[in-house]
Amino acid sequence: MSSTFSEEVRARLEVDAKDVIARYPQQRSALLPLLHLVQAEEGYVSQAGIRFCADQLGLTTAEVTAVVTFYTMYKRRPVGDYHVGVCTNTLCAIMGGDEIFAGLKEHLGVGNDEATEDGRVSIEHVECNAACDFAPVVMVNWEFFDNQTPESAKRLVDDLRLGKDVRPTRGPEGLCTFKEAGRLLAGFSDGHAGEGTQAGEPSLQGLRLAHERGWAAPEPGAASDRRTGDEGSAK
Amino acid sequence: MTTLTPVLSANWDRHDSFTLEGYRADGGYEGLRTALTMEPDTIVDLIKSSGLRGRGGAGFPTGMKWGFLPKDNPNPRYLVVNADESEPGTCKDVPLMLANPHSLIEGVAVAAYAIRSHQAFIYVRGEVLHVIRRLKQAVEEAREANLIGPDVLGSGFDLDVVVHAGAGAYICGEETALLDSLEGYRGQPRLKPPFPAVAGLYSSPTVVNNVESIASVPLIVRHGAEWFTAMGTEKSAGFGFFSLSGHVERPGQYEAPLGVTLRELLDMAGGVRAGHSLKFWTPGGSSTPIFTDEHLDTPLDFESVSAAGSMLGTRALQIFDETTCVVHAVGRWIEFYAHESCGKCTPCREGNYWMVQVLDRLERGEGTEADLEKLLDICDNLLGRAFCALGDGAASPVMSSIKYFRQEYIDHVTHGGCPFDHRKATVWGGTA
Repeated sequence: MSSTFSEEVRARLEVDAKDVIARYPQQRSALLPLLHLVQAEEGYVSQAGIRFCADQLGLTTAEVTAVVTFYTMYKRRPVGDYHVGVCTNTLCAIMGGDEIFAGLKEHLGVGNDEATEDGRVSIEHVECNAACDFAPVVMVNWEFFDNQTPESAKRLVDDLRLGKDVRPTRGPEGLCTFKEAGRLLAGFSDGHAGEGTQAGEPSLQGLRLAHERGWAAPEPGAASDRRTGDEGSAK
Repeated sequence: MTTLTPVLSANWDRHDSFTLEGYRADGGYEGLRTALTMEPDTIVDLIKSSGLRGRGGAGFPTGMKWGFLPKDNPNPRYLVVNADESEPGTCKDVPLMLANPHSLIEGVAVAAYAIRSHQAFIYVRGEVLHVIRRLKQAVEEAREANLIGPDVLGSGFDLDVVVHAGAGAYICGEETALLDSLEGYRGQPRLKPPFPAVAGLYSSPTVVNNVESIASVPLIVRHGAEWFTAMGTEKSAGFGFFSLSGHVERPGQYEAPLGVTLRELLDMAGGVRAGHSLKFWTPGGSSTPIFTDEHLDTPLDFESVSAAGSMLGTRALQIFDETTCVVHAVGRWIEFYAHESCGKCTPCREGNYWMVQVLDRLERGEGTEADLEKLLDICDNLLGRAFCALGDGAASPVMSSIKYFRQEYIDHVTHGGCPFDHRKATVWGGTA
């Protein structure tokens, strides 16, 4: 593996890098998006990627490496085309995330942070992904697969390996690859924002109940001495 | 009885709630129009009088934070939205940005105008691709409609908004670590003071606010401070998301006035899952000391939760029933804190590393009763001894679980390991 990008790759990425750097009042702020950009090129952050970022921002490779190693989303070796993260933080783990993760490791014959031999799928246990009301949660290339079971998760990785169409629960109509995800993270839109649901069922529980029972926030201008949103009992 | 008050979630059942058209259909961006007719300082005063307190966990009064910006500092001012939602149990900002990103963009425009900032950043965690898509689309739509960008709605006010994706680090939810990360460094907290209001992003005056706080601002501008204070309690005004998760029949988002109780919320959510009973819960994420069924009637406002020995935090109510082993639960949280400790402060870096090992050996049946004192001693050396609150947060579940469930720790010693069958706690294993 060369420690620099080819002329062609470099020329192409420099155009994108210019665009990224222009967003910020100080250019070093572009480092995180630039690292996402080079990860989008190779599927991980290589020495060549680090060299490229350092050159764009006038930093040393040591300065860039210090940042790369701090953040878990930057991978130092290739992951699968589909990187599967199983939440094993307390809530999801207890609700079944531990069983799901153990099941996937056995099913795929790989360990944490390892990829299958065909390079299609890699798995990793992840921390809380802000979807606790959909537990247990599995992420694929950072898209939500809510309310998983050991069986549904195995079907999911099988489908990914077979190249079948897979749809996130709350996300676009199809999955992008790990590399494509990197471009979005670098700030380049992929045109899929309008796809998929606006909200999952748990997100709507409170709203639906309020409609059912005729509950609402007070009307503007109707504020009285009595605090509303509180029926009957005095505080 | 307290009732729900859907405000920020009021339009989430519209299939197009995330589009500019869908948001405007229910009065979206009217708050911005009103704001642009007001003096910026008048808006700051309005937010102060509304009593809005930060919805990201700490509960600091939002208007007061804005008021701390020094008047005589010639550097540009920055508005930074903390959208790095990652406190375990917290799951409100992500659905908000997915369903209603324009409420955040409108809030950014109003808040930036109020604090006289022309550059705003939304620092969103990287692990939520579809949220990033929706935010970016909302920014583009708002720019095309002249709701942000140069000369907003002909007012002469210029505002640039940048969506910035993080890269996987819980610590970047801490505001000064977030700023370091946004500057392109490792996300490590800074020693305060100086606070961001004085020396924040690029050492310039900076306001850092949570997503839900900022999204609430245009509604207060539109409907008035009295409308806001008509909900909630005297010192904890307004509404907020209460996020129920875990062993509950209908987990989800419940937008209610501050001061609602868990008993009321559980009643709305169909109760603890059938055939089981409440064992322990977090009022505001894993960094807030756990509560038990003794606290079902504690009003969930800043003062009452604090008086009962915990913190309101992010109103992330993680519910655990009697099938859950508290030592196992706490052990997993501490693994998280050890993993996410940035390493800057020794008590946090080493303390969490040690606690993982102690909790591990208790689970394996190799612990002793002396391990309880060891854990409490480590917590004593952790609490209040690190630059940021991550260390304090890690001490919370350990100390509170020993306080309420000491015997369960001892049972691990006498039983020679964990006495629980973890399969019973799972979604599929819990049928009574």
